[in-house]
Amino acid sequence: MTLEPAQRVQAVPPSGIRRFFEIAEERDDVISLGVGEPDFSTPWAARDAAIHSLEQGRTSYTANRGMRELREAIAGYVADRFDLAYDPDEEIIVTAGASEAVDLAFRAFVDPGDTVAIAQPSYISYEPGVIFAGGEPLPVPTREADDFRLTVEALERAGAADADALVLCYPNNPTGAVMPAEDLAPIADFAREHDLTVFSDEIYAELTYEGEHTSIATFEGMRERTVVFNGFSKAYAMTGLRLGYALAPADAITAMNRVHQYGMLSAPTTAQYAALEALDSCDDDVEEMVGQYDRRRQFVLSRFEEIGMPCFEAKGAFYVFPEVPAGWTAEEFAEELLYEQGVAVVPGDVFGESGTGHLRVSYATGLGDLREALSRIEAFLEERV
Amino acid sequence: MSEREVLELLRENARYSTADIARMTDLEESEVEATIEELEAAGVLRGYQAVVDWDALEDERVRAEVELNVTLDRETSYGDIAERLARFPQVTSLRLVSGDYDFDMEVEGDSIREVSQFISEKVAPVPEITQTVTHYVMTSYKENGIELGDGDDDDRLSVSP
Repeated sequence: MTLEPAQRVQAVPPSGIRRFFEIAEERDDVISLGVGEPDFSTPWAARDAAIHSLEQGRTSYTANRGMRELREAIAGYVADRFDLAYDPDEEIIVTAGASEAVDLAFRAFVDPGDTVAIAQPSYISYEPGVIFAGGEPLPVPTREADDFRLTVEALERAGAADADALVLCYPNNPTGAVMPAEDLAPIADFAREHDLTVFSDEIYAELTYEGEHTSIATFEGMRERTVVFNGFSKAYAMTGLRLGYALAPADAITAMNRVHQYGMLSAPTTAQYAALEALDSCDDDVEEMVGQYDRRRQFVLSRFEEIGMPCFEAKGAFYVFPEVPAGWTAEEFAEELLYEQGVAVVPGDVFGESGTGHLRVSYATGLGDLREALSRIEAFLEERV
Repeated sequence: MSEREVLELLRENARYSTADIARMTDLEESEVEATIEELEAAGVLRGYQAVVDWDALEDERVRAEVELNVTLDRETSYGDIAERLARFPQVTSLRLVSGDYDFDMEVEGDSIREVSQFISEKVAPVPEITQTVTHYVMTSYKENGIELGDGDDDDRLSVSP
């Protein structure tokens, strides 16, 4: 007898970046620009709070929804930063990373056969998450001509008017695109008109370099149909601590908590103490990190322009999304670049068909390495293109 | 504002080229060059040095932190004493500080003997100096904002979502 995975698990192909990961791991001279993770350490105050919580023996479960003081701190933070008003008692749930929050929402709101529109290129976990929940993903391609922003035309073209839900991720992984308020407004109108539930992943909200981040939940009539995801991994460099949260109306959080309480019970307690301290006292650290990312962003964009690889001007997250030269597929280019120059980047089609012909290049790596990596890419272009 | 940005970047790495700084600050390369020249001329930018982890080198390099107490008289100021001490090439930094002693002086030499001799023969005899307390540096963990040691501890996945 063999263990036969369920059909919905078999329906999800293996991750498209696994092969690159394996090649990159074999070599010791690789500069990786394939990393979707800050290269900074978690601010010391947050680490210290985690250590202190362990010393005090605070190692039991917390409330399913997370420690109340943390939910209060989150409510204060999102109100101050993004003009989002949520009740810490009923409208916030603390999760093991924003990824768990996304999974909870799909399982809580997607029925078998439901169609979930996903603005693409997108983070690689949404489609599998929808499939695991029994739903059917509907890719909504965005175009570089639109600065990779989602438009009503793109939604209509993809048939999203008939979908049940819509997934947004802005600032976007992998393109670095942002959606300012004026671009989000028509999307909000569309969601209301076609009665779509909106899942808005705003994990990169702090990493918005030009203008202010706007949440779609702030538009009239959107709060009641939107689940907002956020977390501590990116802005606070806390990826390994696995701490995220979701904001939604009380009934929605109750539904998500029903799934959460049987699966995760509660997010890691140590991480919750770290997060509480992060919100309380790490604003300066975040500002410093965001400043560094912004410098790197300008450097990388400018270098791609110099070496003749067209690259749309990313304004958020820590990725740029240059075009692959004519005659190459993104996968071939990325693989040859890795073999010949030891620079790891991720082919854009991993993030959906609309990423075809692009590379995701992360600048969550020190400037010294970025400079060397761009020189190697330049050398590769001179030799091979 | 651009002055400050340029200074911060040079503090981070004095070997950034003007082209690199221009890319990071969105200034023209010529503007970066002009800013640096102005800062040099104004005496804001005083020099460019390497941060060295001497412990990682075979050659011995001895460093000491020296606390100095002075007694001033009518004709002598802190500035006069500082000027005299700062001229010695062995002195790598010198600061007037508040607290239990007056000057905080860093001294470098090729051996403990050389450093000791310098302090006993050149520093201690200065008439206004009433006391010296010498602390030899045993290990340095951080210099000029840069952590020393093994460094490369990047264990992130090479490629990740």
